[in-house]
Amino acid sequence: MSVLIFVDQTENHIKKSSYEVLTYGVKLAAQIGTNAEAIVLGTVNDDLSALGKYGVTKVHHVANETLNHVDAHVYTKVIEEAVAATNATVVVISHNTTGKAIAARISAKLKAGLVAGAIALPDTSNGFVVKKSVFSGKAFANVNIATAIKIISLNPNSFHVTSADGTATVETLNATVEAAKIKVTAVNKVSGEVPLSEADIVVSAGRGMKGPENWGMIEELAHELHAATACSRPVADADWRPHHEHVGQTGLQIAPNLYIAIGISGAIQHLAGVNRSKVMVVINKDPEAPFFKAADYGIVGDAFEVVPQLISEIKKLHNN
Amino acid sequence: MKILVCISKTPDTTSKIAFKDGNTKFDDAGVQWIINPSDEWNALVRALELKEKDASIVLHLISVGGADYDPIIRKALALGGDEAIRVNADSSDSYFIASQIAAVAKEGAYDLILTGKETIDYNGSSIGGFVAELIDVAYVSLATKFDLNGTVATIDREIEGGEETNEVSLPVVVSCQKGVAEQRIPNMRGIMAARTKPLKVVEPIAVDALTSLVSFELPPAKAGVKLVAADNVAELVRLLHEEAKAI
Repeated sequence: MSVLIFVDQTENHIKKSSYEVLTYGVKLAAQIGTNAEAIVLGTVNDDLSALGKYGVTKVHHVANETLNHVDAHVYTKVIEEAVAATNATVVVISHNTTGKAIAARISAKLKAGLVAGAIALPDTSNGFVVKKSVFSGKAFANVNIATAIKIISLNPNSFHVTSADGTATVETLNATVEAAKIKVTAVNKVSGEVPLSEADIVVSAGRGMKGPENWGMIEELAHELHAATACSRPVADADWRPHHEHVGQTGLQIAPNLYIAIGISGAIQHLAGVNRSKVMVVINKDPEAPFFKAADYGIVGDAFEVVPQLISEIKKLHNN
Repeated sequence: MKILVCISKTPDTTSKIAFKDGNTKFDDAGVQWIINPSDEWNALVRALELKEKDASIVLHLISVGGADYDPIIRKALALGGDEAIRVNADSSDSYFIASQIAAVAKEGAYDLILTGKETIDYNGSSIGGFVAELIDVAYVSLATKFDLNGTVATIDREIEGGEETNEVSLPVVVSCQKGVAEQRIPNMRGIMAARTKPLKVVEPIAVDALTSLVSFELPPAKAGVKLVAADNVAELVRLLHEEAKAI
């Protein structure tokens, strides 16, 4: 028996969301009295034995280059064999773009129940009940998995990463890597930026910024806070900002530690995408903006005056 | 060329979410139902654009749900599409739903199956992956661009921190998101035509659900906003640093 943790990589490095999934999987293994092992696919330049810091005893690695790109069909076959090799009863995956590509496929292959978008460890006192986010963050559902093998995909930024001293044994897994059905002809990575789904701090702005030419201060604030930038739907629809920055019910749903909303009124659809943020700050000149009802901290004021002051105060804080 | 587009019914995006029967059921009192946004604006509209370029394309819609789905299906048919199939079943288990779609997809030998990136109620992003595995074809998730050249699809899809261009031979299952299609609204001619388009109701195949819904809950209420004066931004930074420990 084991909990098998899928460790995701990008450009030959372990993704940040993987550490969260590792912590989750290790805690789950302790809860159900089994050990936690990790599976890594593709070429990785990081030291995989260091994953032991998160509590896994063993790391299974399939270093085939075909696996450097996610082809759901190919990945599924490899994970199926890894589950058999480790006798896994639970598979844990991040609900990131990779998880969205492969989790359901693996579930169908193994006839193993999937809870997609989990936000907490399962309640195993009566069955195997996993809490997940539903209605785009407006509510939660508790879902029971009845099958022998269970699959959980964990919403990014749902679980606090913990680590300690430790090393894991790294073993090569001889798994069947089938021919890819998908040919990757181009990869376009936005480098140097913090990916929005994984960011601890997100600085987001809306129509109150009046036009794309005014985003300089938003980017500067994000830079000072090592934050990702996001925007509301009207801003993305007007092409002031790229679509992948759109957070909300029909955009990306995020759960950073700190969400700073500037010039965003806080329509219910927007709040749905961000209300799992731990701390929300709103800056808006309209005191009636609905966002003030949802936020933790707020300033009623003009963004064009408040944001430059905020940048200089944060610089002061960082210089102390 | 046959295209199947998966259509789900979801509460309108402005709906207030509440539950009933001991928090085991969604309370639909006063709720407006809509076509799940990414099913409509992305998957369906892209299929319509393809059909406009190639009139020989046969476009079918599929939903899994009770008779309460019919108005939503008619609305989707008003946008376009030749006919719709409704599998007469109701389930909260996405594997069950996907199994019904897969059975229809297999039977109809579709070349292309499109879904939205997720439904805005269960947020599983899983129907496409399930269907692809069940009918054993390639799966491309989170597409932002989709082009067809003969039997080869060229698809841009979202990956962690960027995008990737994929080439894949049909048949393929694709989940679609923003960027993949232009936006449009149904016109009166479409609405009239939808009334007479075939809406076939078929009975579900037997499938064991893999999961079951135990209960819903709402997030805890917020304590209330702490307001800081606009001329005292330093105080906000102090609170975020010392009290919230967020920076």
